[in-house]
Parts: sequence; C-alpha cells; structure tokens
Amino acid sequence: MSELLTKSRARNVFYGGSIFFVVVFIALTIQSHHYIVNTSTAGMPLTEEVILGKHVWERHSCINCHTLHGEGAYFAPEVGNVMTRWGVLDDPEGAFEMLDGWMQAQPSGIEGRRQMPFFEITEEEMKALAEFLRWADQTDTQNWPPNDAG
Amino acid sequence: MKYQSQKVAYAYFLVAMGLFAIQVLGGLLAGWIYVSPNTLSELLPFNVVRMIHTNALIVWLLLGFFGAAYYLVPEESEREIFSVKLAYLQLIILVVGTLGAVGSYLVGIHGGREFLEQPLWVKFGILVAAVIFLVNVSLTFLAGRKTAITNILLMGLWLLCLLWVFAFINPDNLSLDKMYWWFVVHLWVEATWELVMAAILGFLMLKLTGVDREVIEKWLYVIVATALFSGILGTGHHFYWIGLPGYWQWLGSIFSAFEVVPFFAMMSFSFIMVWKGRKNHPNKAALLWSLGASTVAFFGAGVWGFLHTFHGVNYYTHGTQITAAHGHLSFYGAYVALNLAMFTYAMPILRGRDPYNQVLNMVSFWLMTGGMAFMTFTLTFAGTIQTHMQRIVGDYYMDVQDQLGLFYMMRFGSGIAVVLGALLFIYSMLVVRREVIKPGSATVPGE
Repeated sequence: MSELLTKSRARNVFYGGSIFFVVVFIALTIQSHHYIVNTSTAGMPLTEEVILGKHVWERHSCINCHTLHGEGAYFAPEVGNVMTRWGVLDDPEGAFEMLDGWMQAQPSGIEGRRQMPFFEITEEEMKALAEFLRWADQTDTQNWPPNDAG
Repeated sequence: MKYQSQKVAYAYFLVAMGLFAIQVLGGLLAGWIYVSPNTLSELLPFNVVRMIHTNALIVWLLLGFFGAAYYLVPEESEREIFSVKLAYLQLIILVVGTLGAVGSYLVGIHGGREFLEQPLWVKFGILVAAVIFLVNVSLTFLAGRKTAITNILLMGLWLLCLLWVFAFINPDNLSLDKMYWWFVVHLWVEATWELVMAAILGFLMLKLTGVDREVIEKWLYVIVATALFSGILGTGHHFYWIGLPGYWQWLGSIFSAFEVVPFFAMMSFSFIMVWKGRKNHPNKAALLWSLGASTVAFFGAGVWGFLHTFHGVNYYTHGTQITAAHGHLSFYGAYVALNLAMFTYAMPILRGRDPYNQVLNMVSFWLMTGGMAFMTFTLTFAGTIQTHMQRIVGDYYMDVQDQLGLFYMMRFGSGIAVVLGALLFIYSMLVVRREVIKPGSATVPGE
C-alpha cells in the first residue's frame, strides 16, 4: 500500500482530480446560467419593477426571518410561493393590496405570536416588492415546494 | 514559541474569542425569541439578531483560521513572518469592519443576501484584509521550507479569498443570484474550509502525536482529494429547487453522498494518528478538542448532511428545522471545535505558560459538545414533525410552528449549556494561569 500510494502520487491525484472537477463544474455552471435566463425564470419578464422589488427585499433583510425557495432563516413562512398561497399569482393589483394590507398591520403585537417588524416602504416600493414575489413564484423550481403551505 | 512573529496569532485568537462570545450570546437570544416571540421585537427584531449570530460566527472562524496560519506558517516554513506590521494592519481592518457591520445592522443598514449582509465598504475592507493576508503568508511560505501542510493550508486560504469576489456579484435575476451566492457559501464550508481544516488538523496531529511527517502528509493529500472531488460537484445539492436544471438533482445527490468520505477520513485519520503516536503530549485538552472536532464534524457535516442530501428526501425536508439541525452541528464540529483545538494548543505556548487549566477546558468541551448534540436532536425531531405536518399534510407554517414550542424550549436549554461552555472555555484560556515557562525550554516538543 505504501509503495503504491506515495506522497507525491497522492499529491498528483489531488491536484489533477481537483482541476478535472473544477472544469466540469464550470461547464455545468455555464449551461445552468443559460437555462436560468432562458427557461426557468422566463415565466414573467425581469422588469425594472421586479429588480427594484428585489432590492427592497434585500435592503430589509427579509431573508433573515423568511425562506425564499427554501433558503434563508426558518423563523417565518416561505415566500417563494406566497402569491400562489394568497391566490393572486396572476393578479398584480390583488397581489399589491394583499401584501400592503399585511405589511401595514405589522407588528401584530399579539402576545406569544412571532412579530414581523414594521417597515417604512413607499407605495412604489411595495408594488415592486409584490411584483418581485410574483416573479419569483413563477420560477420553475422543479415543483418545489410540495404544496401551497410552502 | 520558536519564532517571535508567531505572537501575532495571539491577537487574532483574542479577537476571535471575543466574537465567539458575541456569537453564542446572539444565538441564545435568538433561541429565546423562539420561546417568547415578543422579546425585544420592536427594538431588536429577529432578523438583526440572526445576522449578528451568523456574521459573528463567520468572522471569528476566519480570524481563527488567519491566526492559525500566522501561528503555523512560520513554524512550518522555519522562518519569521514576512511582515508583522501587515499582519496587525490586517487585524485592525477586520476589527473596524466587523464593528462597522454590527453597528450598521443595529441602525437598520444591511443587505439581504444571507451571510453576505455587510455594507459594501465592509466587503471591500474584507477584500483588502484578505489581500494583505495572502501576500504576507505567501511570501513567508515562498521564502521558506514548503510542506504539505502549508501547501494545503495556503491553497485553501487562497481559494476562499478568491471566492469572496462572488460576494460583490449580485445578479438581478434571483435564481442567478442564488447560484453564484452558493459559490461563496457552499464552496467555502464544503470545499476550501475543509482544506484549511485538514491542514490545521494535520499540524495538530504532527505536534501532539509525534507520528512521522511523511505519513501525515500523505494522508492529508488523500483526505483533501476526497473533499474536493465530492465537494465541488456536491454544490449541486443546493441547486435542486432554485430554478436550475433537473440534472442537478442526480449530480448533487451522488456527489454530496460522497461528502461523508472526507469527514470519515479525517475522523479515522486523527484517531489512528493518536493510536500510532508515541508521544505523551502534556496538552491533553488540545488532543480532546482535535479528536472531538473530527468526530463531531463527521456526525454534523457527514451524517446529518447525508440525512437529507438525496433529492427525494430533500424535496420534503428542505428549509425546515432539519436544515437548522444540520447547520448547527456541522459548523460546531468542523470549524468551531477545530478552532478551539488550535487555540487550546497554541495559547499556552503563546503566553509562555504551562498547558494548565486542562480540567476546566475539558469540562467546557463536554458542556458545549453535549449542548450542541442535544440541540441537534431536538431540532431534528422538530424538523421531522414540521416536515410531516407542513410538507405532507399541508398545514400552514405558523400552525405547525405553534405545535413545536416544547422543542424550542429544549433547544433554548441546550443553548444555555453551549453558552456556559463557551464562557468557561474563554475563562480557562485567558484567566487561569500557572507558572511562566522560561524561554528556550521544551514547550514545543519536537516532531
């Protein structure tokens, strides 16, 4: 064993193999990039409003309570499919009204219930956030989550 | 201490332990908010608490790695660090950046790419600090003796600094954003950090057991080979449900199943080295932490990761408390315990004292490890119930959470044990002391 596997052979296997896997990974990443742009997120155009909504989402660090497509904190509900859950996936006006109504009512102050902070968000930004969530909801996520509960 | 410039590591370890205390206290508060949700809800919302908890963790682990590198590179290269001043400058930048980030979180300035929430100027600061670090250790390395340990350590640190560039890339398309985000997050903890971990573990084994360098270095290459072979394409296990092609479900499942191998190898490696070693090193606590780190890493990162890595299982468990269970035990075992092993080994030498206060240190090991194990079990149970009720039955999120209160109380209890263990560890490192060792005596047993 020790003659077959010398230190320099082990080192060469490590370097050679790693380079091989890096190359495969890069090739698949390029293919995946194209797939995302042209297929899986093509359900709805990536408009200025959706992009603004993403920044609103980021600025308030929503990800540190909620999950989005299953990633984030596990303190508050999944929002990747929230527009489906609310039944407003194809209704921009209804989506805005639901979201705005919900956000204005926070924090609920109910004892023993998790509290969502109140965020200073303009109407334009709130519309953008609703559009962003509708956009995210239309991503082809390989049928995840298993049901509307998220 | 063979080389004067190794002293830099002392400052790094001190700051790291300070942030460690902040991290566990933040975690305890977050755990309490799960039990009593109205706590501080207007003053310090959960999302800010969590950011402090996760960011402090990442920064202190990195500081520990940097400190470890400054400690072991001179010894391995057999020369002083290229520039001690640069090393301190790097530390100052990182401290200012960290304090700046925490301050900005508290006033509501933060980003929303999980773990990468730092304001842009802090990200640049980290980049500058990383460049200084790489220049400093690489020049030290190039000028001196080159060993497999420093080879692997530097490769890991170079790659992790390079991957930091993806912290600056934030595509407008959410799915692209998520894919490139994992370039930092996954390829750090499941690839490059593993190189750092293996190198530090190898160094500790070399010092603590007295096994031949040739044997240790050969197995190090084997271990890191399995880490990268599985870890690079294993990134695919994060690509199942974020809008990427379906083939990742197969690739991710197959390669991430093999991610158990490097952790199993590291555990076997450390036990076999201790068994083969002839040396009776006085620092028993460092040995306990080293063996503990590789064992808990195997369970946390290996077994608990394996538990829900197959896409058919992950479809139901993704983003539940099972993920939280895995995350906690794997970070603790692989990186927290390893850093604490290095601190335990190096601190007495850096302070010129006997490896004293061993019992307190070992008690802190069992308190923390026991607490983390219990936390992992409770979160796994909670996650199993959540998976069933939410993903199979289809009950709504908050209705399910209301059923899990008992688990969150038990998790908070285990959090108290972890915090006590962490504070005891810091106390045993910094406060308890015994005789000062004269310079030049045999504090560093030979290889």
